[in-house]
Amino acid sequence: MTTARPQKLADYAPLVFPAVMLTVFFVVPFGIMVAVSFFRRVQGAFYEPDFVLANYARFLSVFFGEVLGFSLVLAALVAVVAVTIAFPFTYLLARLPRRRQVLWLVALLSIVSLSEVIVGFAWSTLFSRTAGITNVLVALGLMDEPMSLSPSFGALLTGLSYHAFPYTVLVLYPALARLDPTLMEAARTLGASPPCAFVTVVVPALRNTILATLIMVFVFALGAYLLPQLLGRPSNWTLSVLITDQAIYQSNLPFAAAMAVFLVLVSLALVGLSLLVGRKEAAQ
Amino acid sequence: MTSLVLENITKRFGAVAAVDRVNLTVPDGSFVCLLGPSGCGKTTLLRMIAGLEEPSEGRVLVGGDDVTRTPAHRRDFGMVFQSLALFPHLSVGENIAYPLRIRGVPRAEQARRVEELLALVRLPGFGERPVAKLSGGQRQRVAIARALALQPRLFLLDEPLSALDAKLREAMQVELRQLQQRLGITTIVVTHDQREAMTMADLVVVMNEGRIRQSAPPVEIYRRPADTFVADFIGITNLLRARRGPDGAVRVAGGFLAGVTLPAEEAMISVRPEDVRLVPPEAAAITGRVEFVRDLGASIEIYVEAEGQRIVAVASPRERPDLQPGATVGLALPADACVVLGA
Repeated sequence: MTTARPQKLADYAPLVFPAVMLTVFFVVPFGIMVAVSFFRRVQGAFYEPDFVLANYARFLSVFFGEVLGFSLVLAALVAVVAVTIAFPFTYLLARLPRRRQVLWLVALLSIVSLSEVIVGFAWSTLFSRTAGITNVLVALGLMDEPMSLSPSFGALLTGLSYHAFPYTVLVLYPALARLDPTLMEAARTLGASPPCAFVTVVVPALRNTILATLIMVFVFALGAYLLPQLLGRPSNWTLSVLITDQAIYQSNLPFAAAMAVFLVLVSLALVGLSLLVGRKEAAQ
Repeated sequence: MTSLVLENITKRFGAVAAVDRVNLTVPDGSFVCLLGPSGCGKTTLLRMIAGLEEPSEGRVLVGGDDVTRTPAHRRDFGMVFQSLALFPHLSVGENIAYPLRIRGVPRAEQARRVEELLALVRLPGFGERPVAKLSGGQRQRVAIARALALQPRLFLLDEPLSALDAKLREAMQVELRQLQQRLGITTIVVTHDQREAMTMADLVVVMNEGRIRQSAPPVEIYRRPADTFVADFIGITNLLRARRGPDGAVRVAGGFLAGVTLPAEEAMISVRPEDVRLVPPEAAAITGRVEFVRDLGASIEIYVEAEGQRIVAVASPRERPDLQPGATVGLALPADACVVLGA
């Protein structure tokens, strides 16, 4: 498709509304946050304008480094788990008759409408000793006695992956629905069994979509701050939890802002890096 | 020997039979065209041969083996799809090597075979190119090379040339036929283009509404159509209603037709326009009024209205009859060119 380049200033008119919205609701708040991150905190009060680097200096410590590292690893794991499950799921979903697809999509959207709080409490019940899934396993004779699975890293990973799953499916769905079904058939006539054709044709043909989805889920999981507190141990708390803690409970907005800015920069750098790697691979 | 036998093949989608009790024998090394209008079941039939669709009834036999329940990836057939279905993430060479890679053929052997196939489809040195950078005709050749990579027992093509422009399509028809003859591979092509079928096929199978209407060599299909559908679908023809009088004489378009016998009181007769001769009206059995003259340069079509029926005659430019619309003209229908069809 070819489109004419804008000639006059008026040609940019359709961009005005989104540009204003982006500026008012994204650029300005982010700017305020960046500014606040350099402000000086006043004990017992709020903060006053200044230019100090103390907020940044403060988390250049082993403790915050570990929390940051843990947050990134956790988000990456959630991305991998969610995409690994959602990709084959969406592939099969896109091949169902239309009516059944709609039913599944409505079900997924209703999960999206649940808040993180409800998801968290539901899973902590499911992972509990008294009412959890271990009781089912005991009834089936697979376990000796019910036990509590939460709080733990596994519970946190499950909860976050569950929370990210419907979004992952909805992001993957358009690409998989558009995928030419004759590609799979061609692979089959060329001697590939259906699972083999899936791995050698569908996955590599959509690797850019997969990469983009991984990044989306990664960023999504990085922002989670309720589930780590509901399903994880304190050692499983992410940077987002610490930011919330500083901003809301410790009233240390400059320090929270500095951590948030740093988290944004690190995740942007990671996203940029993975795009770069993806492009290099595609060029080969 | 890889002859193909279809026994009573039926495919039902709900209550509709897309393919209805098809019986067909394709001899080893022959080129068969499944020809018919869209929705006649020809693609469904091809997909059942390929193993992409399972027949509701009937059997598919290849070289004597029943492959009806064999999955597509174990049938060892090469198939070219209408969309070509080239893998967008692989280069030309990788596309052609794909079936070899799946089978675990050693790398050196893969590379040698890819070169061989690229030479076969006259694309030498194209191995490194991305598929997206190829022209329509080149993509076509890559799809053919990939389908032939494993030296398949059967070569199946679903409307392979429909995406090409008219000139290229004609050239590819000849090329595909020559390639098939060189390799001696049993080939089945689905097409809705009768020129394509006439150019390439040893055997043309005309289908309509899920059934085979006629299966015969191209010239026979053209000269001796089995019914009105085939006569009308293949080329241009005059379908005329003929009536037998109590004396046994046959009347068509207000004139007597000598040398033709009808199986019933009334029947349809097919006469190709190039067989209709223009004669002086005084001596002719059939006379009509010229409605329209279409001078195409290479041929001249004359539309004549006779007793409420339209008859098209084709004259060569050498004759160039001096006719104007409204003129009265005589028509002669040679008895040996008239094919009597069922009602």
